[in-house]
Amino acid sequence: MRLVLEKRAEQSVRMAILSPFIALALTVIAGGIIFALRGLNPFEALYVYFIEPLTQDWAREQLIVKAAPLILIGSGLAVCYTANVWNIGAEGQFVIGALLAGMIPVYFPAWQSPDVMVVMLALGIIGGMAWGAIPAFLKIRFSANEILTSLMLVYVAQYLFDWLVRGPWRDPQGFNFPKTVNFAGWQLLPKWGEIHMGALFALIASIVLAVVMWRMLKGFELRVLGSAPRAGRFAGFSSERATLFCFLLSGGLAGLAGASDVMGVSGQLQTPYAPNYGFVAIIVAFLGRLNPIGVIFAGLLLALSYIGGESAQVSLGISDKIAKVFQGILLFFILACDTLILYRIRIESGRAAQTRAAG
Amino acid sequence: MKKLMMSAAAFAMALGVAAASADAEAKTKACWVYVGSIGDFGWTYEHNQGRLAVEKELGDKVETVYVENVAEADSERAIERLARDGCNIIFTTSFGFMEPTLKVAAKFPDVKFEHATGYKTAENVTTYNAKFHEGRYVIGQIAAKMSKTGTAGYIVSFPIPEVIAGINAFMLGAQSVNPDFKVKIVWANTWYDPGKEADAAKVLFSQGADIIVQHTDSTAPLQVAEEQGKQGFGQASDMIKFAPKAQLTAIVDHWAPYYVRRVNDVINGTWKSQSSWDGMAEGTVQIAPFTNMPDDVAKMAGETAEAIKTGKLHPFTGPITKQDGTVVGEAGKPLPDGDILGMNWYVKGVDDKLPQ
Amino acid sequence: MDMMIAVILTIMTAATPLLLAALGELVVERSGVLNLGVEGMMVMGAVCGFGAALMTGSPWLGLFASIAAGMFMSLLFGFLTLSLVSNQVATGLALTLLGLGLSGQIGESFVGQPGVKLPNYDGFDPLIPFAILLAWGVSWFLFKTKAGLVVRAVGNSHASAHAMGYHVIRVRYLCVLFGGACAGLAGGYLSLVYTPQWIENMTSGRGWIALALVVFASWRPWRTVAGAYLFGAISILAFTVQTFAWGIPSQFLSMLPYLVTIIALVVISGNRMLTRANTPACLGQPFVPDR
Repeated sequence: MRLVLEKRAEQSVRMAILSPFIALALTVIAGGIIFALRGLNPFEALYVYFIEPLTQDWAREQLIVKAAPLILIGSGLAVCYTANVWNIGAEGQFVIGALLAGMIPVYFPAWQSPDVMVVMLALGIIGGMAWGAIPAFLKIRFSANEILTSLMLVYVAQYLFDWLVRGPWRDPQGFNFPKTVNFAGWQLLPKWGEIHMGALFALIASIVLAVVMWRMLKGFELRVLGSAPRAGRFAGFSSERATLFCFLLSGGLAGLAGASDVMGVSGQLQTPYAPNYGFVAIIVAFLGRLNPIGVIFAGLLLALSYIGGESAQVSLGISDKIAKVFQGILLFFILACDTLILYRIRIESGRAAQTRAAG
Repeated sequence: MKKLMMSAAAFAMALGVAAASADAEAKTKACWVYVGSIGDFGWTYEHNQGRLAVEKELGDKVETVYVENVAEADSERAIERLARDGCNIIFTTSFGFMEPTLKVAAKFPDVKFEHATGYKTAENVTTYNAKFHEGRYVIGQIAAKMSKTGTAGYIVSFPIPEVIAGINAFMLGAQSVNPDFKVKIVWANTWYDPGKEADAAKVLFSQGADIIVQHTDSTAPLQVAEEQGKQGFGQASDMIKFAPKAQLTAIVDHWAPYYVRRVNDVINGTWKSQSSWDGMAEGTVQIAPFTNMPDDVAKMAGETAEAIKTGKLHPFTGPITKQDGTVVGEAGKPLPDGDILGMNWYVKGVDDKLPQ
Repeated sequence: MDMMIAVILTIMTAATPLLLAALGELVVERSGVLNLGVEGMMVMGAVCGFGAALMTGSPWLGLFASIAAGMFMSLLFGFLTLSLVSNQVATGLALTLLGLGLSGQIGESFVGQPGVKLPNYDGFDPLIPFAILLAWGVSWFLFKTKAGLVVRAVGNSHASAHAMGYHVIRVRYLCVLFGGACAGLAGGYLSLVYTPQWIENMTSGRGWIALALVVFASWRPWRTVAGAYLFGAISILAFTVQTFAWGIPSQFLSMLPYLVTIIALVVISGNRMLTRANTPACLGQPFVPDR
């Protein structure tokens, strides 16, 4: 008996829509079994995990807050990966964005006007772009592999952040504890309930990038360079320019996400700062099939799995580990089911395979 | 307008709490938010032991809940979820949870909050911490007695006041035995990474230290000491099982008495906001049995521990000479608590520079 | 002199787990598969090795259990990415999430228990030379044997390898399993040799460093050895410099291994032809045989 994949003549639109639901159904079955084995009522457990967070206003808002940075970073990364540019270090760009935005309240705590918010957000973007520009430059000038450089720069960014917040930037009234002053007034993002403006940025970014990728020459160029680099070069597209563009774009968005996170959620810089959004966003980008609109759904789904995991800890008393295992299984099913879009799956018996080999 | 909204929110809250407590009439719900995993065998592990003690001691009267591995960025949501879920008292056990705890506490005036290791309190927010430096004074004396090279290696996590006060207390204890005692310091920049901690211990031993002290959580440094025939001290938990020949003693975090007392206060309606800073006297900081040392050293250490417990000895008794030569503290009087809680200077004799 | 030996030994033990995991991943990537789940396989190797050694009392059996656990995880990855052609990058990251959760669950009762340590001679353990030997073996296999040629062919052009009658998927499965075995062994090294204990997440990102080292080495085994030892040496050097109390903020010393790796990569990447010639052309690309 063996598994055989048959390529479909073209992408199945039906499966593109159905596959996440098939995956969800499989996850529910697998999850139900896991929970039942742990001695829990599987229906209650699944309800807590997937439905409960959607039934309360508060939890829905938290879902969006959690999804916003994932979508913001993920949509930029989706463009990168489409163009075959491997930015693995969005986490570092995120941290530097937060750091630069936080510089303003540290040095100009009294600056209060709408300008300060714009300046902080802009600094966040610039910080992320600058940090992203390093691997791009090293790639273009020295052909140093960007997977390594961008990943290593994550650690460098975290140590830099740690040093500044523990040392020169710490709150003078903070009894030498590792945090900066609290941001105030215009240094914070406006909020609707729990939702801060970062969610709006995320929505805008993914829509704009979707238009760029599917309706504009730049998007065409990036897609060609990603799928057929030689053809792209013959068409006069520069892969160097594309590398720089992708890193600046994804870095800038990651930086914006960092700035939004400290200005919208925590309202201070505090170390250690490793929310992991930059790494999780890599999964989000692929889960969204490298489509900026798909990233929105992927980001929301991943955020749900985090928040559901928390509810499960509180309401069911299961550990964080089970929640992580469950999250891993959910991702596996979704990734596996996406195969159905491009392929038909058949299970052949051993004999059929042999006959074919003989014939 | 703002006031109106606040009272509306409070009213809504009251409804929420009433609804939540309806099904758990008699039970008090005590909840914990952990920064790490309960399997770290260090900081979070010991807090969880405290939670289990509450369950054991108060039995049917309480129900406990915890959320682990909560990053600072997620902490406000995690705390608020617990508050909404009908927790009566919530312990948040990391410095990084300070502002989120205060924010959620402002929204839930009827829930009690307890934040570990911070410095901001409110009507319904208490802070609590432990005087770990008391234990470090004791091990400083032991180290100075036991070391043949007169040098200890000290592995530290992050330069926060608690850790710096620990180094100073250790040094003052050591100097009370051997004024020329030396300490070499390595910052690991992590609370736990066994590999890195083992590397740091090996480096320190190769640099001439023969006693290892750690303010990081894993057992790795002690295991290295065991293997190399050197000695050291356990941190957070009694680690004698990991280093039966190397551990001299350990500073054990013992949160159980505090947690039981505070949850009991909630049950009896006697809970009040305060800043609690317990030490060896209250049993929050405990010293593991003295092992692998001659009787006279054990006797000295035991007497010192007893003197600290009864309040006869205070590790930071003035005058104290700082690294830069200035003198602080009045003769014969302990430093004010505030100076210790925000400590950012070394005592004379510490061979390291603090980032300012 | 004694001090020098001690320092060199410390560097070796720090480098060995990185080297083991990186060599496995190198073979995986040479066959054209990108498995970002090294951290997840490694942490599973650590917990299963620890547990098996604890139950049987034999650290050697522990190491076998580590290898088996790593292979089990990689089989999961292989099934998803090779049989079901799911996306390799995302699947690898999901594998890491799963590994971290599963290992924590398995190891719940191991916390606070002293482990069983593999015997060593004054700090020199048998896996240090084994890792070097493995580098030699991988190098010999990839560049001196027919099977190695097939692996490289599959990684460079799966379509032509398939056309020549090689079973691309089977070759890749074997390479992925080898990678899992190595990552598992690296995890076992942590929990049985380096620091005989189990605590959650004890790999602390070493799987990621191993991944970076493969790229650093431009997919060549001996350069992987150099990279792992360089990384280990700089980390130890950073600690040593701290003991001199020169007042350099420790964060800058802690970043040093990462910065030096970047700089070293920039220097050796100067030779573009060499780098390009060694990069598997089909890295990360799915393959489905058309029959």
